[in-house]
Amino acid sequence: MSLVVSPSMVQRWTRLSRRAAAAVVIVLLGLAVLPGVLGAGAIDRLAALFVYVIMAAMWNALAGYGGLVSVGQQMFFGLGAYFTVRLAETGLDPFVAMGMASLLVAVVSYPLSLVMLRLKGGEFAIGMWVVSALTHLMVNLDGLIQGETGRSLISLNAYAPGARRDIIYWLALVAMTGLLGGLFALLRNRTGASIQAIRDNEEAAGSLGIDVTRTKRLIFVLAAFGIGVAGALWLASATTFQPKTYFSVQWTAYMIFMVLVGGIGRFEGAILGAVIFFLIETWFGALGVWYLIGLGVVALLFSLFMPLGLWGAIETRFGVSLMPVGYRLEIPPQSRKD
Amino acid sequence: MSVDSGDGAGASRFSGSGITKRFGALAVLESVDFSMGMDEAVGIVGPNGAGKTTLLATLSGAYQPSAGAVTFGGHDVTRLPAAARCRLGLVRTHQVPKPFSGMTTFENVYVAAAHGDVRSRDEAYERAIDALNLCGMLAVANRQAETLGLLDRKRLELARALATGPKVILLDEIGGGLTDSEAQELVQTIQELRRRGIGIVWIEHIVHVLLQVVERLICMDAGRIIADGEPQAVMSDPEVVRAYLGGSTQ
Ligand SMILES: Nc1ncnc2c1ncn2[C@@H]1O[C@H](COP(=O)(O)OP(=O)(O)O)[C@@H](O)[C@H]1O
Ligand SMILES: [Mg+2]
Repeated sequence: MSLVVSPSMVQRWTRLSRRAAAAVVIVLLGLAVLPGVLGAGAIDRLAALFVYVIMAAMWNALAGYGGLVSVGQQMFFGLGAYFTVRLAETGLDPFVAMGMASLLVAVVSYPLSLVMLRLKGGEFAIGMWVVSALTHLMVNLDGLIQGETGRSLISLNAYAPGARRDIIYWLALVAMTGLLGGLFALLRNRTGASIQAIRDNEEAAGSLGIDVTRTKRLIFVLAAFGIGVAGALWLASATTFQPKTYFSVQWTAYMIFMVLVGGIGRFEGAILGAVIFFLIETWFGALGVWYLIGLGVVALLFSLFMPLGLWGAIETRFGVSLMPVGYRLEIPPQSRKD
Repeated sequence: MSVDSGDGAGASRFSGSGITKRFGALAVLESVDFSMGMDEAVGIVGPNGAGKTTLLATLSGAYQPSAGAVTFGGHDVTRLPAAARCRLGLVRTHQVPKPFSGMTTFENVYVAAAHGDVRSRDEAYERAIDALNLCGMLAVANRQAETLGLLDRKRLELARALATGPKVILLDEIGGGLTDSEAQELVQTIQELRRRGIGIVWIEHIVHVLLQVVERLICMDAGRIIADGEPQAVMSDPEVVRAYLGGSTQ
């Protein structure tokens, strides 16, 4: 059969996803003006939601798209906060320090990637945890932090409490938009397809000309950077840095929860998972241990009965994709000449 | 055999010389010499375990040889990884298919096309669609690769390799288990590749299918090339007959 080949046969955006994109823009604009409308408590909570969305999206990028399952991502969360405290101590404006600290996390993650990406599967996952624990210990040794005594981001006091809250909210909103927008663009271009190919079969990816090492490094550093941003933002709203709260594996557990419940390897899944986690925390967070047990049970139920997560189930059931990173081939009948 | 066609540097040849491959104490290839013109079509036969797949893997860069050198179109590629060899135009398919299961058929082929020598995304699209069309896979273009049966997985290996825009393609048993009419379709596809000037190395057990495409046959046994030349002559070579009677033919 001969065929008149045209690149227009490849579809990426659909009418539904274009509408979804417009809706996203409207929602983001709406969120931007909320500090003038909502009270202090609600603004703080929403800023936390944005941080959760960032963390879920980054873990999803690493594990869901890149196949690099890590249980040590709290390392970058802790380092983002730690570097911020450290840099602010030099007299830098705290918000500038946050930005520079995040970049520093990315810089540090690069040499780390050279070592860690030699490990595969479970070794990588656990290896990341080990390195995270070591990093935690090294931060403990810093005379400024003094073990678990910790340190506050005192220079934030230069800002009035109201202004400070609004700035943190906007920074979190901008960071979320920028990081997810950047990730979306990356996943939609050639690199995104390579990342998934490597996840599915590294040897085949290499044999087709994909630079496996470089691509994995890219996604590793990107995820480290994003989670570093999340750590810096968390510190800004909490103001005190205590190593064990930031280097706790619970952060990675939350990321895994959000991604599994929302739908691993689906762009919408991580966002949905973050919203669900946020709601559960808002309603049940006060229950302490029972809340954590509840989270565990929910994650277990999802992995047993809805392994593709909520968004995976919706996508399979209704065939919808709001934020498509894939490709569809549609051959119009008139282009076939038999 | 393997007479250099005039241009001394071997710029139009693909060769492996003294290729030895050991896995621990086990020598799977023993000083194999192989050479072909970049647009030649060569078949490889030999009993199971002869080292055919290992030879392909070593030539394509999946394995480093324990000794010996590989040159491709005038480049010494012995130390280059498979990805770099692919970008020079040397690509292989896998005997046991290795699909990107979480991606669609089209995406599998597109990602290969996008890493070839294309200048734009549209060109990569065109190349991917063309490869799918040539391999008869348009109907399953939007299926997740994990849902494909063995036959389509083998076709996908071919389509993906083709989409990289190769100069020479190494095929490892892509025709096993085909019905007669499916085998004929495959022969037509490979003949089309030849028309496009792509060099072919094809490992296949079904000799009569192979002979419709290749003008030269190599027979391997126990890590060595035991015969190389005109197909009929190779098949009637006493050593080849002995290898087949001695080993398992299928
Ligand atoms: N990665 C490996 N490690 C150890 N032995 C191997 C490996 N790959 C192949 N072999 C051995 O090398 C021999 C040749 O295998 P192979 O090249 O697959 O043969 P063929 O493709 O001709 O059937 C077999 O005995 C096989 O067991
Ligand atoms: Mg084989």
